[in-house]
Amino acid sequence: MIEMVNYRGPDATGFHVAGPVGLAHARLSIIDVGGGHQPMHNEDKTVWITFNGEIFNYVELREELLRKGHRFQSQSDTEVIIHLYEEKGEDCVHDLNGQWAFAIWDSRRERLFLSRDRLGVRPLFYAGTPEGFVFGSEIKSLLAVPSVPRSIDLEALDEIFTFWVTLPPRTIFKGVSELPPGHSLVFERGKTRLEPYWTLDYNPSMEVQREEEAREMLLDLLLDATRIRLRADVPVGAYLSGGLDSTVIAALVKKLGTTHLRTFSVAFEDKEFDESSFQNEASEFLKTDHERVLCSSGDIGRVFPDVVWHAEKPVLRTAPAPLFLLSKLVREQGYKVVLTGEGSDEVLGGYDIFKEAKIRRFWAKYPESKLRPILLRRLYPYMKNLQSQPDAYLRAFFHVRKDDLDSPFFSHLPRWDMTSKLKMFFSRESREQMKGCNAIARLGAELPSRFRQWDGFSQSQYLEAAYLLPGYILSSQGDRMAMAHSVEGRFPFLDYRVVEFASRLSPRLKMKVLNEKYLLKAAVGDLIPRSVRNRHKQPYRAPDSQSFLMGSGSEILHDYAEELLSPRAITEAGVFDPGTVGKLVAKARQGQVISVRDNMAFVGILSTQLVADRFIKNFPKE
Amino acid sequence: MTSIETDVRQYIVDKLLFGRTDTVVNGDTSFLESGLIDSTGVLELVAFLEEQFHIKVEDEDLIPANLDSINALIRFVESKYAASPDSRR
Repeated sequence: MIEMVNYRGPDATGFHVAGPVGLAHARLSIIDVGGGHQPMHNEDKTVWITFNGEIFNYVELREELLRKGHRFQSQSDTEVIIHLYEEKGEDCVHDLNGQWAFAIWDSRRERLFLSRDRLGVRPLFYAGTPEGFVFGSEIKSLLAVPSVPRSIDLEALDEIFTFWVTLPPRTIFKGVSELPPGHSLVFERGKTRLEPYWTLDYNPSMEVQREEEAREMLLDLLLDATRIRLRADVPVGAYLSGGLDSTVIAALVKKLGTTHLRTFSVAFEDKEFDESSFQNEASEFLKTDHERVLCSSGDIGRVFPDVVWHAEKPVLRTAPAPLFLLSKLVREQGYKVVLTGEGSDEVLGGYDIFKEAKIRRFWAKYPESKLRPILLRRLYPYMKNLQSQPDAYLRAFFHVRKDDLDSPFFSHLPRWDMTSKLKMFFSRESREQMKGCNAIARLGAELPSRFRQWDGFSQSQYLEAAYLLPGYILSSQGDRMAMAHSVEGRFPFLDYRVVEFASRLSPRLKMKVLNEKYLLKAAVGDLIPRSVRNRHKQPYRAPDSQSFLMGSGSEILHDYAEELLSPRAITEAGVFDPGTVGKLVAKARQGQVISVRDNMAFVGILSTQLVADRFIKNFPKE
Repeated sequence: MTSIETDVRQYIVDKLLFGRTDTVVNGDTSFLESGLIDSTGVLELVAFLEEQFHIKVEDEDLIPANLDSINALIRFVESKYAASPDSRR
């Protein structure tokens, strides 16, 4: 099992087998390089742990535990969890500030205790088999166990072709579950308990209203979140994309006194996606030692099978691929830890979807306003196709249906509607089996009871932070792409103190009229270049279907894509309809796949075929 | 069925429905409302019209009344032919 994920921890491997339990660990040594070997135990070897991640406040926790009489064998953060567990049992997680997935075996109680960090930075999967309970950081570890089934869960696929993600604990593989973020799972005397220990909340009664006070508090919190994320016994670098968030993080690192900072970024050959000029500006302003990897469409097509192998689920965009190439660069430069700006958009209100919802609400209220098309063009300046559309079309696209206004999913319905159109490619048999599937109703049933009391802005923030963040941003684009090359990402914006503070902010401080992340920009002020602070937000994107065409103007796809999209392979996998896919592929060959819908369909179908091929049909034998 | 209608229907079936025959597209079915075209697909439709019928679609032509159903497209192409008979193939 552990060999399957050797890249997550190439520095050492450890095992502990005792009685009914076996723990394994692949180590990426970052804190206490010499002493932090795992699995690790307490003084009398009754409590054992295997742990992936970092506890950033381990220094403070260690001092407290020492005062209480605990004795430590190492300087590692891992050992802190063990002693904290001895002190507080399952409640120990409330004291942790970090990103973690761990399993503790408490032999006295015969209890296996699994936990995952609040926002889902680190992955953790499990499955029940006739022989016992298995768990691991990646699904491929579980699939290496012969009694774990290897088949696609069509209901999960229906969710991905609606939301881009599955609703945890469901995964794309039938019988394999994901421990949801902010949850613990306890396995004791044959029974399992799955319990949330933390959840996002938006509490209007505790709103922070005064801007000046909020600005200071946010900056202080972000500085401290960054400070404790620099704790490591190896050098720490940073991603610098040229956008606001990563520039803020790099600026905070510098402000904390780091003199030499290595930063890394992706540059695109295709100018539509490239942000090099902003990267240069930020790097020069902050005086960082900057390195970039140039990414072409061909590179994306070339590495895509590896990307899906690491993401372990179908993806609808190729955006993870450049991040796969970026982590390779980071590792080659001798770095294994990077700070990044992930989480800022979710926590501090940066996404276009928040703006779009605001405009659509305005539109519904003032249907005759002449401002509407102007606002929508301002919203998506980077979409060439949209810019050239006439007002009449914009009006039709962003038309608000009456029923939608009352929907708890108002902000997300247009996106989900569009993604759901891709289901037309499913085979008759798949659709037959999916009959009665209603992903949106399932999501509605699991919303927190307070959801309806939140304002519309907070509702859409919740949908992003609770689902897309862990299910796609932090996994398919985050942990999986970084860990593919043994690199650990750290995210100051996702420090739970920052998240909890931001959830008490008034929405008007997050987005002032249509100025996204308003408070963040105000808080960091001149710490970052004015041009980066004032630039229009450009979401991170990469070339899609054209990445799989060999050479410019060629009608031939990469070999593996030709093979996996052939009528024979489509029929064999059974998920999609070969005729429909054939016409999409023909359209792609002619370079006519232009629309967002067609591009998502192409990438979604190819990645699903790759999942079926690599994890089911040709899963590596030992 | 006129040849314009045949060509337009062929395009819809091949390029927007990808051969699926279980979705009924009537002459007046709205492409936008039925989701056949998304917010970035209109330009694809324009490219088809210009190439297939040898007409020039001007910016001011880009309104749903001209482009949002099979019947609208037929009327639009015919009006272009009427305005400029030389453009007919």
